[in-house]
Order: sequence, then structure tokens, then C-alpha cells
Amino acid sequence: MASAHSRMKCGEFRTTYEQDTTIFPTPLARRVAIVSVIFLLIAPSFLNPYFLNLGIQIGYFAIAALGLNIVVGFTGQISLGHAVFFGFGAFASAWLNNTTGLPVFFCIPLAGMMTMAVGLIVGIPAGRIKGLYLAIATLASQFILEDFFSRADWFTGGAYGAMANPFSLFGFEFDNDQRYFYVVLFYLVITFLFGTNLLRSRDGRAFIAVRDHYLSAEIMGINLTKYRILSFGIASFYAGVGGALFGHYLGFVSAEGFTIILSIQFLGMVIIGGLGSVMGTLLGTAFMVLLPELMEAGVGLVGHNAPGLTQALAYIKEMSIGLAIILFLIFEPDGLAHRWKMIKAYWKLYPFSY
Amino acid sequence: MNYELLTQLIVNGLIVGTLYGVVAMCFVLIYKSTQIVNFAQGEFLLIGAWTCWALLVKFGLPFYIGFPITLVFMVFFGILLQMVVLRPMIGEPIISVIMVTIGLSMFFQSLMSWIFGGYAKSYPQVFETESINILGLQVQTAYVMSMVISVVIMIGFYYFFKYSKMGLAMRATAFDQQVAQSLGISVKKVFAASWAISAMVSAMAGVVVGMINGVSSALSFFGIKVFPVVILGGLDSIIGSIVGGLIIGVLENLAEFFDSQWLHLGNMYTIAPFYALVIILMIKPYGLFGTKDIERI
Repeated sequence: MASAHSRMKCGEFRTTYEQDTTIFPTPLARRVAIVSVIFLLIAPSFLNPYFLNLGIQIGYFAIAALGLNIVVGFTGQISLGHAVFFGFGAFASAWLNNTTGLPVFFCIPLAGMMTMAVGLIVGIPAGRIKGLYLAIATLASQFILEDFFSRADWFTGGAYGAMANPFSLFGFEFDNDQRYFYVVLFYLVITFLFGTNLLRSRDGRAFIAVRDHYLSAEIMGINLTKYRILSFGIASFYAGVGGALFGHYLGFVSAEGFTIILSIQFLGMVIIGGLGSVMGTLLGTAFMVLLPELMEAGVGLVGHNAPGLTQALAYIKEMSIGLAIILFLIFEPDGLAHRWKMIKAYWKLYPFSY
Repeated sequence: MNYELLTQLIVNGLIVGTLYGVVAMCFVLIYKSTQIVNFAQGEFLLIGAWTCWALLVKFGLPFYIGFPITLVFMVFFGILLQMVVLRPMIGEPIISVIMVTIGLSMFFQSLMSWIFGGYAKSYPQVFETESINILGLQVQTAYVMSMVISVVIMIGFYYFFKYSKMGLAMRATAFDQQVAQSLGISVKKVFAASWAISAMVSAMAGVVVGMINGVSSALSFFGIKVFPVVILGGLDSIIGSIVGGLIIGVLENLAEFFDSQWLHLGNMYTIAPFYALVIILMIKPYGLFGTKDIERI
């Protein structure tokens, strides 16, 4: 076996099924992941509040975006109503906590479960229709649930919105950004590990089979209806957990925040990150959260000379999101994850790229 | 029961319904010939209406000059959009194509709000009389004009597809792109033409709605309302889009009526079409006139 080791590998080749289904493709990737989690653990002690806030935003959005990636990237279904599930999770967690007095720690996964139930109901059309028609059906669910938020006073507080208590565990309150960062990080690591693991399981492979060729998948004995609806359920669970974290972070949930614009942003995160890539979801979410901030910083730089730009900041942010989605789809349809792979491959083969 | 209100609402529904029908027709035109679902259809209305408004108010042009200039502008806009953004997307998966048009919609909506402000602005008076009396009902002149324009557009579409060379080429392309290409039809030209026509006709509808309600970013909601219409009528049926438009137009006004009389839920006008959409998708996903997709292995 010594000879096998002496040959230098000029790429990443997988020769066994075990290698193909590990969570981390290479030992280096595992070490990098562990080191970055450790880095994030100590990050709150030196990050300034602005970046801490951005980190928390990236965290809860990434959880929801991973859910969307499971539907869109892995199962190949299109959902245009992810924002309402995110919102439902936020309301459900606040409602559970306010009415039953359960600790927030338990409310968050429970809210995820409630959202999953709603997602399964909304996903029922997915059993019958696909592609375009499904996209339009989810668009309808976006408007129907948004309407529900504004009229269900008992659940969402209607026009006044709902108060959400800060996250607490055994009487210890995670009420500032530094503490809450750990809460989000905890959920982020758990959900991402679960997400990666899902794809190694039978169900995950079934999702990918449904995406790649649903007819062949059906012939191989995969229950299409079950897996299509299941993927909606899992996605809603993730959205619910992300939304619940969002709600308890802001302390207040308003029915107006979960419009189709947010749904589009979620789709943007998934597409910019890379469809069907768990790591890409995180990259895409970071991109989507940082882009408006960059725009704000850019406008701030030239703002003294152009007051019109400062007034139009909200529009500029939206335009930049729309433009980023278009440019990525035209020039880098496989997203940041693919770009990252190309960079890695370049350095791995450097200087003999052929 | 308030019969007068009911008739008024049904008439309103029919008028708004023809407009929905026109916009849906433009949507179906693009879908049929290029297989692209255009989520930016509402933005065509918005851009058209704002362009016309700017020509009329900022440059002080009379309506009969400003309106044709708007239409010419929209033709070029549609062609440009197809060439720059949609052509690279040929052959990409459906999600990418949908997302590109969604991105376009987001981009243009905020661009228009940036340029023209977020508030509704009204058109200058185009007609001398505010409203005319038809069979005892007071109907706004702009409504009557919208009805006339819509019907003219529909008849125009009919003759265009039946007799003109371009129309026939479009139908051939919609039927089978490869066969059409091998018969010497320039598919590129057909694609560009369908976007151009769609943008132009949508802009007409946009100007009409702008005259009635004022121009604001709310116009782009027509692009969303078009989905219940096309699903009801069938995604690839021109006739279906007209019938669907009328039905949805009347339906939302009836929902409004029942709501105001008995239910008192509020917001039914906006939300009823989407309930209808879900129900149609569950029982008859290909709509009233849509071609049923038969899958062969």
C-alpha cells in the first residue's frame, strides 16, 4: 500500500461509497469547519455590535434558506412563499410562549413543528402538480397566509403585531447580542449538521432522485407524492425555526414583514449560494445580508454630494438585490459554491492546471 | 340585497376583467412562444404608464403624440430585454428562468419608484366628459375607452395570429421550435417579436389603468393578478386568458360584494382570486382551455 501513498493525487477522487457519503469530503474540510466554529465561539468577545448583529441576521436567515434549498436545490420544486413560513414560525413561537408560558428554548422547535404542519398542508398541491404550476400555487399560498396574518388577531395580534419574549434558559436570559449570538450559532450548527446528514440518508437520496429525473425515480420505487410533500414539510420546519429565532431576537413580530420581497430574497440566497449546496446556502445568505449593507456604506461615502441617493436608499437596496439575482443567473448560475470550488481546484492544481 | 350595487360591481368586474384578459393575453403570448413565465409582466404596465405620464406631464406633449411614443419605446424595451437578459437563459432550468424574471420585476419596480417617487400620480384630463350614461349606469369615460381598446387589441390579436406572416411564424414556433427553425423561421426574431408585442400591449393596459386609478407601483400587482387568470384559462390559451380575465374580474367584485353585505372579513377583493387559483390547481390544473401535458417516456 505504500506505493499508493507515494503517488500524489492531482484531484479529489472518491473510490468507495464511504468516501462519497461522508459529511466532510476531505479531512481538511472537517478541520476547517471545526476551526471556524471555534472561531465563531470566541467571535462575540471581540466583534463590534454592528458585525455581531449582521452575524445573527446571517444565522437565522441561513437556517431558513437551508430549508428552501432542500425544496428547491435538492428536490427540484419551486417555492415562492418561503417568507410566510418564516413569519409563521416567528408568530407561532411568540404565541406559544405568551399563551402557555413554555420556555422559549422549547418554543422554538415546537414552532418549527407547527410551521411544518402548515407546510405539509400547503405542500399537498405539490403531490399533484409540479414545476411552474407549483410555483404559482406557492405564490397563492404566500398571499393567502399573508392575509391570514393580518386578520388572525388571536394568533398574530393582527395589525398591532405580537410581542416576543427574549430567549431564556433556566432563568438565564440571552437578552443582548453577544449572548444571542450563541443561541443562533447553536441552532445554526445543529440545523446544518442535520441538513448535511439528511442528504446522506435514504430520504435525501430520494429527494435528489426526484429532482434529477422524477420519472426514473418513480420507476425505481420512490413515492413521488410523499417525498415532494415531505420536502415542503422539512423546508417549513427550517423556516419556522429561523423565523422563531428572528422573532425572539427582535422582540416584536409584525405582520407586514413577511412579504413576497422576503420570499424572493430567500430564493436569491439559495440561487446566489448555489442550488443544492449546503455550504453555498451560508455563503449566499451572507451575500444577501451584506449586499444591502454594502450599498448603504457606498451611498454613505458619496452621500454628502448626492442627497438624492440617500433618500432613495431603500430602492437602491432592492434594485441591487434584483440585479444581483439576474447577474448571478446569467454569469454564474451555479452560485458562489461553484466559484469557491473553482478557486480551490485552481490552487490544488497550481501551477500545472492541465 | 342591493341590486344596484351588484350590477355596478358586475359591470366594473367585466371592465377590469377585460383589462386582466389583455394583460393575461400578453403573458400567454410570451409563455406560448418562448416557454418563459414572465413574472415581470406587471412591470411592463408600470413602465409604460410612467413613460406615458412623463411624456404628458413633464414634457407637456398631447395624448395623441405621447401615447404612440410610449408604445414605440416599449417595443424597443421589450426587444432589448429579450436580447440582453432572456436570450442567455435559453436552455436553463425552469427555476432559473423564473428567477430572472422575478429579479427583473424587483429591479424595475424599485427603479420606477426611485425615478418617479412612491406616491400615486394622476394623469392629466384626457377626456372632456367624466362619465357617460349607459343603460342607466354611470360609467367613467376612461372605463369605456379601456373596454374599447381591449376589444380592439383582442380582435387585433386574432387577425395577427390568423393571417399575418409573423403571427403564423409565432404559432409555428409555439408548436415546435425545431420544426419551425428547419422551415426557415428565425426563432430569435419570433422571440424578440413576442416580447416586443407583449411589452407594448401591456403598456397600453398600463396607461388605461393609470388614467383610471393614477399611476403608482400598485400597477405592478396586475402582474401577480394575472396568475389566477392564466391558470383558470389555461397557461397556453389566448381565448382562455380572455375568458379567465372576465371570470376573475367578476369574481373579485362579487367577493367584494358578498363580503361587504354579509361576511365582513375585509380584503376579499385581493385575496379571493388566489383561493380560486388554489382550487383550480387542485381540480383542473390545466385550466379551462389549456393543453393537457401528456408525458411520454
